Amino acid sequence: MTDLPRSQHIVASGLVAAIGIAIAWVSFTQEPAQAFVFPRLISSIFAVLAVWTFGKALMGKTKVGNGISAASMRKMLPGLIVAIVYVFWAAKFLGFYTATAIAFFVLLSLYDPAPHTAAKSWIKRIAITAGFMAVMYGLFALLLNVFTPREILF
Amino acid sequence: MDFLFYMGDVFSPINFGLLMLGTIGGLILGATPGLSPTMAVALLIPFTFQLEPQQGLILLGAAYTSTVAGGAVSAILLKIPGAPANIATTLDGHTMALKGEGAKALQLSFLASAIGGVFGVLLLIFLTPVLAQWALAFGPSHLFWLAILGVTVIGTLDSSSVVKGLLSGCIGLWLATIGFDDIMGAQRFIFHPAVSGGINVIPALIGLFAIPQVITMFTKGRSSDDAEVIGVKKHPIRLAVLEVLKRRTALAIGTITGSVIGLIPGVGGQIAGLVAYDQSRKASRESAKFGTGHSEGVIAAESANNAMVGPSLVPLLTLSIPGSPTAAVLLGGLLIHGIFPGPDLFMNYPQVAWTFIDSMLIGQILMCIFGLYVAGLAASVARVPHGVMAAVVLGLAVFGSYSVQNSMGDVYVMASLGLAMYFLERFGFSAAPLVLGLILGPIAEANFIQGSMIADATIGKTAYFFTGWLNWLLIGIVLASVGYSIWMELMHRRYTTKDDAVAKEEALS
Repeated sequence: MTDLPRSQHIVASGLVAAIGIAIAWVSFTQEPAQAFVFPRLISSIFAVLAVWTFGKALMGKTKVGNGISAASMRKMLPGLIVAIVYVFWAAKFLGFYTATAIAFFVLLSLYDPAPHTAAKSWIKRIAITAGFMAVMYGLFALLLNVFTPREILF
Repeated sequence: MDFLFYMGDVFSPINFGLLMLGTIGGLILGATPGLSPTMAVALLIPFTFQLEPQQGLILLGAAYTSTVAGGAVSAILLKIPGAPANIATTLDGHTMALKGEGAKALQLSFLASAIGGVFGVLLLIFLTPVLAQWALAFGPSHLFWLAILGVTVIGTLDSSSVVKGLLSGCIGLWLATIGFDDIMGAQRFIFHPAVSGGINVIPALIGLFAIPQVITMFTKGRSSDDAEVIGVKKHPIRLAVLEVLKRRTALAIGTITGSVIGLIPGVGGQIAGLVAYDQSRKASRESAKFGTGHSEGVIAAESANNAMVGPSLVPLLTLSIPGSPTAAVLLGGLLIHGIFPGPDLFMNYPQVAWTFIDSMLIGQILMCIFGLYVAGLAASVARVPHGVMAAVVLGLAVFGSYSVQNSMGDVYVMASLGLAMYFLERFGFSAAPLVLGLILGPIAEANFIQGSMIADATIGKTAYFFTGWLNWLLIGIVLASVGYSIWMELMHRRYTTKDDAVAKEEALS
């Protein structure tokens, strides 16, 4: 195991331990106490196991989990940013169908192995996006009658 | 023989149409690497809202059955298992395809899957009512321990690390407490308006299973698998049937192993396939041929992974304890229709329960028929670039989560949990115990509170929760699963180095 995953394990298990302790603290301090009997039981075990895991990570004894390599991070980051912007902002403010069409096309452009220089690839991507949107509209708007947030364009 | 009484319902036009749709769709989804049966079923749940309960369950059950079998297509033709359950199929199936016996391997795989699957569902049919009758004797303390058992068994047996498996279960149990307390009406852990009503199970399931897969596809960048789909030559089905009958030892081993393993909570199809393959190799007179494209290897592995489907639902339908992540997702599908499985399911909703089980029986046969015809199409779908698949799954996850309650809060919960789960998985945590904790948390808490009230009025908490043979049995199983997993982990640590562990993790991921 290299130093990189070890430091990552410390950060990750440290975060989980912090959450475990915070939950235990909230469980034991909030009122009414009767509503927190079960959370107290769970959070105590949660906190103990989380601190144990953190201790093992500090001592470099963590054996399970590879962490995230810089190469994986570089590859996932563009897609992750598009996905986060799409889910947490665009879907609500641009409307589901507009945001989905944009996000879908951008993700295809980022990750489709077809060459970016060929016009045929772009036509294919536009066609796939249009096809996907038609299926989603048919399924959710027409078949399931799901009312999505109002679209910005119409 | 209630199941025969309701058999006719499966053949009503809508039910049968949904069964065919679920079977064909499941075969194609199953062949797609990265789309696990659990994730496929989770993504399908939103499409069942408008359906009657039994119709929704027929669709989900058919998808579950056929995604497991469909994974064999890409395992045989591309050497990429569609699901972990098909890993053992790759060993001989792909070698058969390389030798020009791809069609034969596919036929054997679907025939063995159907026979194993039918046996497994028959076990479900005959075991479920008996266990359901027995489960009527369960009180709050037993149900509490049963819920804890569900989380700990999966947390310990399904995870590489016992502590992280149990910790994942604790995270799930804690997530289940978010929202308003049922008895006092008090707010608990409401740190964002999106979770004020608690965490809805369906968006959570979609997020926990779909989003980590989407991000994993992102990490592959613009590369494609570039796996070549091996062409198949025609092979008479009659010869495949004769071959399966000739290899009945492998078929019997696979079917029995899969059925037994399916009954054990937390042990999935991957284990069933690999154990059956290994046992079949040991029992075979032609053991040296295993791994070189031998038909027994395909028959044992495929009969096992489909035989476990039916028995894996026994704990869910009798005790309301899902024994696997896919069973947990099916529980979600039941809950959205207001149906809570358990001992009285067959008394209160006999039509729903028996039509669902019967459809799984018929589904096995449909899967065998359609599997042979859609194998080519399924293999082509399996070659869809990761980027396209990631975008499709993300879009379906967002629309599916939103459609549960027409709420953006559910979409945020889905995405947040999925994002967190991806990073947790990279550090050895597991989604299965977390999901089980989330689903079993309310059952555990309700029975803990109810049991505490009874105990306070009668014999006291310690005596109520820790005495009686059934409590001892359940506590014993909890302790045994934890103890066994710790022992296995220590033994593993003794015989492997850190580098071995890292290499194994990389291979699995």
